[in-house]
Amino acid sequence: MFHALVAVKQVPDTTNIRIDPETGNLVREGVPAIMNPYDAHALAAAVEWKHKLNGRVTVVSMGPPSFTVTIREAIEMGADRGILVSSRKLAGADTLATSYVLAEVIKAVHAEDPIDLIFFGKQAIDGDTAQVGPGVAVRMDLPIVTYAVDIRAVDLDDDTVVIERKTERWTEVMETPLPALLTCEKEIAEIPFAPLPDLIKSLKYEPEIWTEAGPVEFDVTRIGVKGSPTVVYKMGTPPLPEAGEKINAREKGIQAALDFTFTKAEEAGVLGAMLGGAE
Amino acid sequence: MTTRRFWIFIEQEQGDVHPVSWELIGVARNLASQVQEEAQAAGDEVLVEGILLGHNVRGIAEEAIKYGADHIYLMDDPVLEHYRNCPYYQSIVALVRKHQPEVFLIGATTLGRDLAGAVATSLGTGLTADCTKLEMGEVRGANKMLLLATRPAFGGNIMATIVCRRHQPQMSSVRPRVFPTPAYNPDAEGKIIQEDVDATEEGARACILEFIFAKEDAVDIEYSDVIVTGGRGMGSPEGFKLIKSLADAMGGVVGASRACVDAGWISAAHQVGQSGKTVRPKVYVAAGVSGALQHKVGMQGSDFIIAINTDPNAPIFEVADVGIIGDLYEVIPAMIAEINTRKEAGA
Repeated sequence: MFHALVAVKQVPDTTNIRIDPETGNLVREGVPAIMNPYDAHALAAAVEWKHKLNGRVTVVSMGPPSFTVTIREAIEMGADRGILVSSRKLAGADTLATSYVLAEVIKAVHAEDPIDLIFFGKQAIDGDTAQVGPGVAVRMDLPIVTYAVDIRAVDLDDDTVVIERKTERWTEVMETPLPALLTCEKEIAEIPFAPLPDLIKSLKYEPEIWTEAGPVEFDVTRIGVKGSPTVVYKMGTPPLPEAGEKINAREKGIQAALDFTFTKAEEAGVLGAMLGGAE
Repeated sequence: MTTRRFWIFIEQEQGDVHPVSWELIGVARNLASQVQEEAQAAGDEVLVEGILLGHNVRGIAEEAIKYGADHIYLMDDPVLEHYRNCPYYQSIVALVRKHQPEVFLIGATTLGRDLAGAVATSLGTGLTADCTKLEMGEVRGANKMLLLATRPAFGGNIMATIVCRRHQPQMSSVRPRVFPTPAYNPDAEGKIIQEDVDATEEGARACILEFIFAKEDAVDIEYSDVIVTGGRGMGSPEGFKLIKSLADAMGGVVGASRACVDAGWISAAHQVGQSGKTVRPKVYVAAGVSGALQHKVGMQGSDFIIAINTDPNAPIFEVADVGIIGDLYEVIPAMIAEINTRKEAGA
């Protein structure tokens, strides 16, 4: 029977992040926490294949207890089992320490219930690093396909999967042996409306909370701050660029606005570039 | 005497070099010069070295030297002809273990991101993604200068400087177009060092069945001189027709804000910003783009920025050289007409 595992992360909705102009601090209040959108699409793909192959889906997340909301959301979307790895000792982890913890957890799940495909989002929208998926693949010694846009075929008899991945230059159709790890673009699957039974199930579902006390035994030198080779040395606000001039086309007229624009472009030496198109 | 090696990954696919490779040579050269004094005092040698994997790619190694690399380690083998994660990362890890570079830079492209995380994890070292500023600096407690890697965090609201104190190489990924291309010196000399390849076809565990070339994939906004970007202020995906007309008149390409891509109005290949592409064209036109920080981070290096927005308080005006307060559906057709008139007058 097909078993998919999906790693999900809860992120602040960065489209809504604001900076307090007085203090220069991040305004966290009122910023909604959401499931990382790429993870949500990866999960939708896993659930699609669960239905096709009569399988099941496990989700794993690492973070504070508040992440249980995201696990329940995953159950609502069709996952069968949700595990949250949560402990203060895991806090402050960089991508290396994070991939260690996730790999250990996934190995433990795999040992009792073998996994065919592991799904990650291509990156999380709060860090944009795209490092944890490849990191987990290396630690588990699995083939990886990043930037997956379509799963063409899953063959559980031959233990192979055929995936389309989109690079900057072309789309590659790639075949790899199972188990394998994918990192997914949004095109991998549409997010469907949750069916009522899954919705009801999610309301009652209690995610499994795994901690440093078990069931997985972590090497304490490899988790949290201790296990993270990178540290934040300093933080600052980005330098403010110099604003140019504004012209109100509604008051001055469009032609005046254009004349002004082209004069400025000429002064900046880019007029030729502006007129660069073919006739 | 020890050798302090500053490494960069030269990215090529089907014999085409990604220009970020040359940009990285420039960055590494700069970092190397910053430790020169320290190295001289200690009697150490400082080298900028590139690593190049592929099949029949020696010509690229020669080019890299002309962009400023002292040495190129070349792994040339049929198994490396097309990029695949396993053979590439395993070959590179072996090379790193052999030569022990101090710093290792990789382009933050789709290929580079696929590779960098695997290499860093395998080596158990730190990797800082998408750096916009890199310098060597003295850090308390360290016996030599360390790489200070600065990157935007929280959608560009904060700049975080990251260090990797106790692990080598100190790895960073750098987006294309964040740093300039260094000068090309046809007389530059360097050494190409051929390395053995242990990777095998069986160990690749991935087989590329087919390459599909789509027109949409060919959008190359990163290296275009002119970009016209549409934002949510267009009101509907139809707005991209007008954006495209202006881009065509200017000989440029179409960009998009994240909101438009998230709404499914246009493909992600067009997305400019922290979660899309970093661009620095000669002319950047932002029409109906409000100017969220994460967008500005990706385009504020442009030479000349024109913003068109009905809202006089739109943040995009903070980075624009010229801000036109007005309706893009009125301004753009007039701008296209003006461009055509000027072109005819010039012809």
